[in-house]
Amino acid sequence: MGYSLDFGWLAGAAGVIARGAAMTLLLIAVTTLAGTFLSILGAAGKRNGPKPLQLAIGIYVEVMRNTPFLVQLFFIFFGLPSLGIRLDPILAAMLAMTLNMAAYTIEIVGAGLDAVPRGQTEAALALGLRPRQVFVKIVLPQALKVIYPALTSQIVIMMLESAVVSQIAVRELTYEADMLQARTFRAFETYFVVTMVYLGLSMGLRRLLVSGGRRALGAGVS
Amino acid sequence: MIEFTFWDIVRNLLLAARWTVLLSLAAFIGGALVGLVVLFFRIAKNKWVKRIASGYIALFQGTPLLMQLFLMFFGLPMLGLRIEPWTAAVLGLTFFASAYLAEIWRGGVDALPRGQWDAGASLGLHYLQELRLIILPQAFAITRAPTVGFLVQLIKSTALTSIIGFEELVRTSNAINNATFEPFKVYGLVALIFFVMCFPLTQYARRLERRGCALSRFMYVD
Repeated sequence: MGYSLDFGWLAGAAGVIARGAAMTLLLIAVTTLAGTFLSILGAAGKRNGPKPLQLAIGIYVEVMRNTPFLVQLFFIFFGLPSLGIRLDPILAAMLAMTLNMAAYTIEIVGAGLDAVPRGQTEAALALGLRPRQVFVKIVLPQALKVIYPALTSQIVIMMLESAVVSQIAVRELTYEADMLQARTFRAFETYFVVTMVYLGLSMGLRRLLVSGGRRALGAGVS
Repeated sequence: MIEFTFWDIVRNLLLAARWTVLLSLAAFIGGALVGLVVLFFRIAKNKWVKRIASGYIALFQGTPLLMQLFLMFFGLPMLGLRIEPWTAAVLGLTFFASAYLAEIWRGGVDALPRGQWDAGASLGLHYLQELRLIILPQAFAITRAPTVGFLVQLIKSTALTSIIGFEELVRTSNAINNATFEPFKVYGLVALIFFVMCFPLTQYARRLERRGCALSRFMYVD
């Protein structure tokens, strides 16, 4: 007897799936903003900060890049409470995602900063801008423009990786899928539908970021 | 209750790490073989064959690995195979790896000058000979850094197979944590073991990248 697919449950589950997708999008929106901000600080610190700070950032990047996100998540959610830091699942997920993404984007932003010609800084200083103004107004915008495509890819990758936070009971898309399949006993169909939702989200997110970037950073962003 | 000493924990984690290593190797080898087939499709002359390969790659790069593993785990029984975490883990990671490796190697093939193909043809080689003797050896050589980089990503990705019940490092650490209630120590050690596995490879990839010809720098995909 063959297995027959059944998608009859889908009509009643659309609301739950949409709510899960909304949570996934919220997570990635917060992560994108916090992660990018953190990585700008990190990349600047790694270049111009005091020696111990440079070393600390370097170690942080290597540790995060060479350990699985799932383990980082468990460490933050289960491990930190023993130090007296108790986070609720959503906060723990946002923290883990932000810290993970920053480790990758620090390198990306750094590459962008290196790509801005030295003369830009010199010219701005010669015009009498303060060092911080030079960084924020002259160097950073040019760097962001260079690295924007790489940043976009990293954001999409992080969105896909956020499926893992279902493991600490954050009610995002994968968590809702787990709940749905436990209720419908249609595991394959449920995960298939949710996988397609993820595919749509990642394609939509990429498109949104590209068109948004073009508006904010000007032409030449692809 | 059984008492776990520090060394009991370490020993059990290291025993479990064998499975992480084995799974990584199996998935990398399987992924390389399937990835080679996908690569042939991807660089074929026929537009439709090419499109199928692009779709395959986009599908695996646009959906979470966790979903791919779930689909494998719940989909295999529909083909008459028994649900077995090891099978689902190896197959899931193999397909995942094949898409990424094919895309990395395609970058290498595309980067070769057109003249390489023409030279091969003028020597009287037919298509498969050209690929085997001229194109692929060079494409693999210039993409060695991103290939090793992807191996690191694959090793970290094996952590997700703990969720579908494969007894590797992370699943064992969950069990140990439930017995000892020392998440800080247990997950810290797990992170350390992963780091020890991944960091040398990361460094190796970095060295290859620096030493490798200028081409590979432009194609680096993390």
